[in-house]
Amino acid sequence: MDPFKKHTGLVLPMDRAGVDTDQIIPAVFLKKIDRVGFGELLFHSWRYLPNGQPNPDFILNKPQYKGATVMVAGDNFGCGSSREHAPWALQQYGFRAIIAPSFADIFRNNCYQNGLLPVVLPDDAVQTLMSRALEIPNYRITVDLENTTVSDDHGFSVRFPVDAFAREKLLNGWDDIAMTLTKADAITKYERTHVPARGA
Amino acid sequence: MAPKTIFEKIWDSHLVHAESGKPALLYVDLHLVHEVTSAQAFDGLRLNNRKVRRTDLTLAVADHNVPTDDRSRRDVVLKDEVSKAQLDALDRNAKQFGLTYYDMYSENQGIVHVIGPELGRTQPGMVIVCGDSHTSTHGAFGSLAFGIGTSEVEHVLATQCLLQNKPKTMEVRVNGKLPAGVTAKDIVLAIIGKIGTGGGTGYAIEYTGEAIRGLSMEGRMTVCNMSIEAGARAGMVAPDQRTFDYLKGRRFAPQGEAWDAAVARWKQLPSDPGAQYDKVVEIDASTLVPHVTWGTNPGQVLPVTGKVPSPSDYKTAIERDSAERALAYMGLKPGTPIQDIKIDRVFIGSCTNSRIEDLRAAAAVAKGRKVASTVRAMVVPGSTHIKHQAEQEGLDRVFREAGFEWREAGCSMCLGMNPDTLSPGERSASTSNRNFEGRQGKGGRTHLVSPAMAAAAAIAGHFVDIRNWN
Ligand code: SF4
Repeated sequence: MDPFKKHTGLVLPMDRAGVDTDQIIPAVFLKKIDRVGFGELLFHSWRYLPNGQPNPDFILNKPQYKGATVMVAGDNFGCGSSREHAPWALQQYGFRAIIAPSFADIFRNNCYQNGLLPVVLPDDAVQTLMSRALEIPNYRITVDLENTTVSDDHGFSVRFPVDAFAREKLLNGWDDIAMTLTKADAITKYERTHVPARGA
Repeated sequence: MAPKTIFEKIWDSHLVHAESGKPALLYVDLHLVHEVTSAQAFDGLRLNNRKVRRTDLTLAVADHNVPTDDRSRRDVVLKDEVSKAQLDALDRNAKQFGLTYYDMYSENQGIVHVIGPELGRTQPGMVIVCGDSHTSTHGAFGSLAFGIGTSEVEHVLATQCLLQNKPKTMEVRVNGKLPAGVTAKDIVLAIIGKIGTGGGTGYAIEYTGEAIRGLSMEGRMTVCNMSIEAGARAGMVAPDQRTFDYLKGRRFAPQGEAWDAAVARWKQLPSDPGAQYDKVVEIDASTLVPHVTWGTNPGQVLPVTGKVPSPSDYKTAIERDSAERALAYMGLKPGTPIQDIKIDRVFIGSCTNSRIEDLRAAAAVAKGRKVASTVRAMVVPGSTHIKHQAEQEGLDRVFREAGFEWREAGCSMCLGMNPDTLSPGERSASTSNRNFEGRQGKGGRTHLVSPAMAAAAAIAGHFVDIRNWN
């Protein structure tokens, strides 16, 4: 996994609550068996018209947000299915961080696994960022995981809460499996004593 | 010792390693695998030269992509080549890594959350995971079961463990008795309507109370299944005699002395008197009525006696905005009585409501009646065993004579990865769990209901109140 330390980028305001993973990437696109090629499929139903052309009304297609790398969204972002294709699609499109008042649990874990940073900010802070992204041309913010701050050049700066261990992992790009394998002895020991409720 | 909840008992007994400030390393007793969320995980193993640590605790099945029309012959090839490639990949991976795999021709095949319990692989006190959010279903047996992503699938394959932060606990106490015509599906829709689609985020829910005790195992599975629709990754019900009766004699359930020892262990699992939850929610089952979703998330739900709301009924701007979007997407006008909404399609199936009891409930409504001429209705059993059982009971005949399609087992129109989908603008009454935009096919409009309500809607051509419909 690539580490995440600090990122500055253009902000996309996704002014909706409960953006579910079926919207982030619809099920018909989950048939691929590799990890690439999901960026073009991000928000497919909202992004493309029935004739396959980009929907000009959808925020992602507006020229001023081309190249956005930070998304600001409403609460319960990423609810629904456990598909890790959702963070893959966001990341492959170019997003590095998502800011929202709350995230669904599985989605948030999946983000951490891939170095996509979910940032929880209070409602009013999210609203501020949302309106600035709508009003200020080329509005960019900096997400700094080392100092756990989100800031812009217009005087906005807030700290965000982050699980200390998740932060360390992201900063260093650590791999969970490699870490757990260092506990192989503990696993073997557990297996010897654990009475599992298993039959066959 | 301080009294513990069932969640804490299972959590504590599965700790392989714990360090403060870090996620716990939990042991996994059963890892279920399906074709959609596993291919990239197996690739990861290959890339790093890793093996599956416990092939005996891993079970793979084909469910999401499988066609539900003719599967009688192995030489009938799958028309959708991309789906076929994904199913073939699971087949190859299962062989290469030495896993038990039920392909779409296996008699044990079915939706992953249906076959685990049905085969007795799902047992009380276990930690169960699967790359699928509805893994919460297995919690109905008093296990801690939750969905994980593909990276975590790879982690479990390689280590049989999972790194997890401990969730908080929520008790959802459903008091009283359910009135006739009101089902487990209505309980859980009412809960989601009450606490909201994010209300359970960060929690493991335990469902308690008289109405939950009164549910069959099928009904408890329906309730636990949709915990994730309230944001909770896990939902659980403490095991009792009904749980043991369901499991006894199942293919992978313990036998003989091992059974007695297992039951003795399982009886220790229920939450101790006085155990504390971080949050408690209460619902009175005796006041519940059949529910129907009107919008594009499961929290946008109403009693069948209700009327489609207006955005102005909502307090916050963001709620008004999502109501407005939902109305536009669903093609509904505020104030429309739910029972005036006409439907085009009916889907009876999915890991929420495709078990034998669900099919019986739907068949009881369909018996001797005809599906409305404007409606196409299908019944998709949750597993091949359920299909056979239903056929032995003659339910297939009841459905066919009423004009329902009787199909092979799989996820089917729950998410439309196979050819069973809604066309743009089509409206369904569905016994599944998600009414998200496009969930059952791009542009499709989904209303979630119980099996009896779905069957009745198929016949009437619109929603009806099953309590006074005949
Ligand atoms: S039936 Fe639907 S919800 Fe259940 S596992 Fe299949 S796709 Fe997921």
